[in-house]
Amino acid sequence: MKPPMKTPLSEPGAPLEHFVSDAHYDPNALEQDKEHGGPAAHASQLRLMWWYFCQHRIALFSGIFLVLIYLSILISEFLAPYNLHTRNTDFIYAPPVSVHIFRDGELVRPYTYGQEMTLDMDTLRRNYSDNKDDIQPLQFFCHGDTYRFWNLFEADLHLVCPPEGGQLFLLGTDRLGRDVLSRTIYGARISLTIGIFGVMMSFVLGIIIGGIAGYRGGVFDMLVQRITEVLQSIPSIPLWMALATIIPLTWSPILVYVGITVILGLLDWTGLARAVRSKLLSLREEDYVVAAQLLGASSTRVIGRHLVPGFMSHLIASATLTIPGMILGETALSFLGIGLRPPITSWGILLTEARSINIIALYPWLLFPVLPVILVILAFNFLGDGLRDAADPYK
Amino acid sequence: MLRYILWRIITMIPTLLLISALVFTIIELPPGDYFESYVSELRAMGEAADLAEIELLKERYGFDEPMIVRYFHWVSGMLVGDFGYSFEYRLPVNEVVGDRLWLTILVSVVTIAFTWLIAFPIGIYSATHQYSWGDYGLTFVGMIGIAVPNFILALVMMYLANIWFGTSIGHLMDREYLNQPMSWDKFVSILEHLWIPVLIIGTAGTAAMIRRLRANLLDELKKQYVVTARSKGLHPVKVLLKYPLRMALNFFISDIGSILPAVISGAEVTAIVLSLETTGPMLIKALQSQDMYLAGSFLMFLAFLTVIGVLVSDVALALLDPRIRFGAGRHR
Repeated sequence: MKPPMKTPLSEPGAPLEHFVSDAHYDPNALEQDKEHGGPAAHASQLRLMWWYFCQHRIALFSGIFLVLIYLSILISEFLAPYNLHTRNTDFIYAPPVSVHIFRDGELVRPYTYGQEMTLDMDTLRRNYSDNKDDIQPLQFFCHGDTYRFWNLFEADLHLVCPPEGGQLFLLGTDRLGRDVLSRTIYGARISLTIGIFGVMMSFVLGIIIGGIAGYRGGVFDMLVQRITEVLQSIPSIPLWMALATIIPLTWSPILVYVGITVILGLLDWTGLARAVRSKLLSLREEDYVVAAQLLGASSTRVIGRHLVPGFMSHLIASATLTIPGMILGETALSFLGIGLRPPITSWGILLTEARSINIIALYPWLLFPVLPVILVILAFNFLGDGLRDAADPYK
Repeated sequence: MLRYILWRIITMIPTLLLISALVFTIIELPPGDYFESYVSELRAMGEAADLAEIELLKERYGFDEPMIVRYFHWVSGMLVGDFGYSFEYRLPVNEVVGDRLWLTILVSVVTIAFTWLIAFPIGIYSATHQYSWGDYGLTFVGMIGIAVPNFILALVMMYLANIWFGTSIGHLMDREYLNQPMSWDKFVSILEHLWIPVLIIGTAGTAAMIRRLRANLLDELKKQYVVTARSKGLHPVKVLLKYPLRMALNFFISDIGSILPAVISGAEVTAIVLSLETTGPMLIKALQSQDMYLAGSFLMFLAFLTVIGVLVSDVALALLDPRIRFGAGRHR
């Protein structure tokens, strides 16, 4: 007779023994198992997007840069050495000064040399030269021009300012002796917000119009499609120019600002509306939408609660990519003299100072405001690319 | 094929009608009209306005009639080549415009050709050498091209050309040819001046095109038929040229619809800065002085140019791509 085989099963016919494994049982073991996806397996969608986004280094840096520069417009008064309209009539078209940190081979507090102006009597050109005896150490967290901070209280604290009786034109001055650096810092307020407000407007318009067109279809859809086609086939700058000339000359600069924002937003929603429409067309047949409809949800609720959140990330990414166009558009309009008007100061307004070729030849520092324009537009482009790649983490 | 082309032309009609309505509304929107500002300007200078002549013009152009009637006058006039009357120049719009329309078309077409010539090889290189230093470098240069405003580029180029070549590039031709009829010498002079505006306008479009071509080609290169072709031992260059590039070429042609408005926009701004003899400088002047028929004709013309451009690209695409030719043909 063969020895009975060692088996966990009991003899045939005998009642089955209840088997209990001695091994410790952890219900989360599978999910914590590194080989089964690791932490990504149960991360939320938002977290996944964030991880994808962080992999895109340039986009991450661009995002940080933009956050910083947008935060800076809250405290422009503090960051700028001078006020927006401070005029230094003794220093007209003064060139940028250089900051020195070494004196006689020793590291000292940063200082600049005082400037001496001589008038060339032949060309009537102002020549500025360093006065090596007049050493002006920079002051930090110092008291300078007074301003009303956020229109709430008087203050005069600045990050950096010249010593008593000195000047500090790190990027030179313009034809009225105003500090270019300070004006560029203030100009960010207008130039950066115009893009954001314009995009918000086109965002709202795009979601509403595209949403209804895609969800309802029919005549409204046809109409919207035609209008989008028309708006997209008219070149934007001539159209902006035409609309900008509608703004009456008698409006106050603030109203003009609002008007330009509305114009930029009004013509920009077409791309978003198209995206929303095509997404909705493909999503509205999904089971969860039918379920919501059967439960009696109104179309507004189905669109707003169930459909739009599904591709919000895509929308934000594509909206980010339209902001640079708006900033450039404002700059171009202002430069052509039909956009914003002084005393509102945007980067486009600042660049109008450099309108002629003579000025570029003689006072090239007036072109400086183009640098923040380029940087911000690059940053928005990179950020938009990064967001778009991260928008669909399950790809 | 013929049916497709016909169908495309017919769909253009409602688009153009909508555009004309939009343009007319926009140029009608500013309060007041040209004559009001003209009379007050004359009064301010202490001159008496010839009210009789103005009344005559007003009546002739039906300024008292309702907007709808004037719109139909305008549109029906355009159909027979009458674009209305430029109040500022005291001439029919046709005569004021002159060569400007042709020069605008010339600048736009040459710019697009330039864009293609530059973007095509660079796009292919960037896609086939993804994440190489060359790719990064070219992408970065392209991004800079997108980010620099056209008008600044125009100013700087004007300055540099002045220093390096000693030429003034403020116009599209030498001064002696201004207002001259077209001749061979004038044509040569235009060609000599053309490259600067083309370079300026082309930068942004080229960069955008490189990015899109690269993305498209990359998508195509990842597909399975490319892998199959490679695994069978086909030479990479041959694989690229024979299949993915053809697909990308389709996109290249259809993309004209999206770059043309950008090119024309850029051309307008650049033309104003460089004071070229194209539509730009005249358009902005007409808009500012409410010379409404002139401004309206220019806007209409620019939109028409885009619509025609899209039509040409659609027809070319249909010739190239049988799926469109035999398909419904309505999906762009």
